[in-house]
Amino acid sequence: MSALRPLDKLPGLNTATILLVGTEDALLQQLADSMLKADCTSELKVHLARSLPLPCSVNRPRIDLIVFVVNLHSKLSLQSVEESLCHLDAAFFLGKVAFLATGAGRDSHCSIHRNTVVKLAHTYRSPLLFCDLEIEDFRAAMAQRLVRLLQICAGHVPGVSALNLLSLMRGSENPSLEDL
Amino acid sequence: MDETLAEFFRRTILKIPMTEMMTILKTWNFMSENQLQTVNFRQRKESIVQDLVLLCEENHASLNDAAHLDIIYTQFHRHQKIWDVFQMSKAPGDDIDLFDMEQFKSSFKKILQRALKNVTVSFRDAEENSVWIRIAWGTQYKKPNQYKPAYVVYYSQTPYAFTSSSRLKSNLPLLGQALTVASKHHQIVKMDLRSRYLDSLKAIVFKQYNQSFETHNCTTSLQEGSLGLDINMDSRIIHENKVEKERVQRVTQEIFGDYPQPRLEFAQYKLETKFKSDLNGGILAEREEPLRCLVKFSSPHLLEALKSLAPAGIADAPLSPLLTCIPNKGKNYFKIRDK
Repeated sequence: MSALRPLDKLPGLNTATILLVGTEDALLQQLADSMLKADCTSELKVHLARSLPLPCSVNRPRIDLIVFVVNLHSKLSLQSVEESLCHLDAAFFLGKVAFLATGAGRDSHCSIHRNTVVKLAHTYRSPLLFCDLEIEDFRAAMAQRLVRLLQICAGHVPGVSALNLLSLMRGSENPSLEDL
Repeated sequence: MDETLAEFFRRTILKIPMTEMMTILKTWNFMSENQLQTVNFRQRKESIVQDLVLLCEENHASLNDAAHLDIIYTQFHRHQKIWDVFQMSKAPGDDIDLFDMEQFKSSFKKILQRALKNVTVSFRDAEENSVWIRIAWGTQYKKPNQYKPAYVVYYSQTPYAFTSSSRLKSNLPLLGQALTVASKHHQIVKMDLRSRYLDSLKAIVFKQYNQSFETHNCTTSLQEGSLGLDINMDSRIIHENKVEKERVQRVTQEIFGDYPQPRLEFAQYKLETKFKSDLNGGILAEREEPLRCLVKFSSPHLLEALKSLAPAGIADAPLSPLLTCIPNKGKNYFKIRDK
């Protein structure tokens, strides 16, 4: 079980592959369904994993974008994501990793503070998205957004590359931790 | 019919929701079809109740009839009460006696009446050889209070009785005694099992919740569709941890079976253990006395919730036996001490 590398395989023709990593299977499944419903010219492939490293027995295509899903209601999900991150090649962090935190809407259920994930995403220099995946409309919007990111990461959008996505980190509303 | 009895009728009928009025009155079977037809059910509830009480008076209704109506109402609304379970046992040398329901009823009633003098005991036979007992408690010097009765459900020839939790704790020993003697048992203990759902409690103590255990293997193909791989088969979605997923499903299946779980809404764990911590030191580590703490799980359907924890990825499979042993042990109140 070796670390996953971003560019060790040739891309499939017009194929974009995303890997969703998170402990909560039902949420990932729903998000995957929404993504496949979204309008997209590329051929999408969605891989779902509980944690990294991935089992090495399977022959899988090149992975263009990895999204770590953290449920703020479950410490297990954060812990598992933190452990998974060690099994990732550093080159992925050049724009091909994103964090997605769900469950912030119901504050009373949260067992992870929002700042914890903000710090985590910042440590790994990767964008952090917030979305309540349990609400269908929000999920659909997030799916659309992820599809767009994925297309960029897969190189299907002329003129923009995954590296540009790092600009997502410095939103005007959320100055990065260093700026504070 | 005296004033208090009329009032008791009035209040009992008043608490029946209008949508169930007809069904309950028909189950009660005290008023004839013709009599019921004379009542105009399209007026205000107060007036309907007034008419019904008049009909009761006409039929010379007794306190026992009112108690019956109250039992029927409770049977319809059994989920509004919290039920306790009592388990009885026979003495080692005891013979198996023939059980006679009439004898049970009369001796049960006699024991309570002898001790309290003022007590109303009413019975109503129900499904599966069970009997519902309603007890309105009084004392030597006080008339029974009809508005705070206790309900007991006893399944004949079984060692189990279910009682609605009542506020009158002082009468509990007497009730236990009456049950043991009347059902010819020797001892009675209260189990650590409570729920709103009488039928689920019954399923747990009579071990009815996973009945097709023997046919377990034959249903393997069937369950895979229902519990296991219910993920949709879109070829564009690839599950990387399929093996792990299947293991979780299998383990869950083995522990919970593939039938609907009995319904409980809470489980409580009282910990009286010494404080343990990976980080040594701290003021708690040196304490001699146990650290007391109470963990309470609640859910509209606790066992189904526990069952779906591991497949949903919220907990690791297998779950702690403390959580999974609830139906097996017939217990949802636990006390945990150091060994």
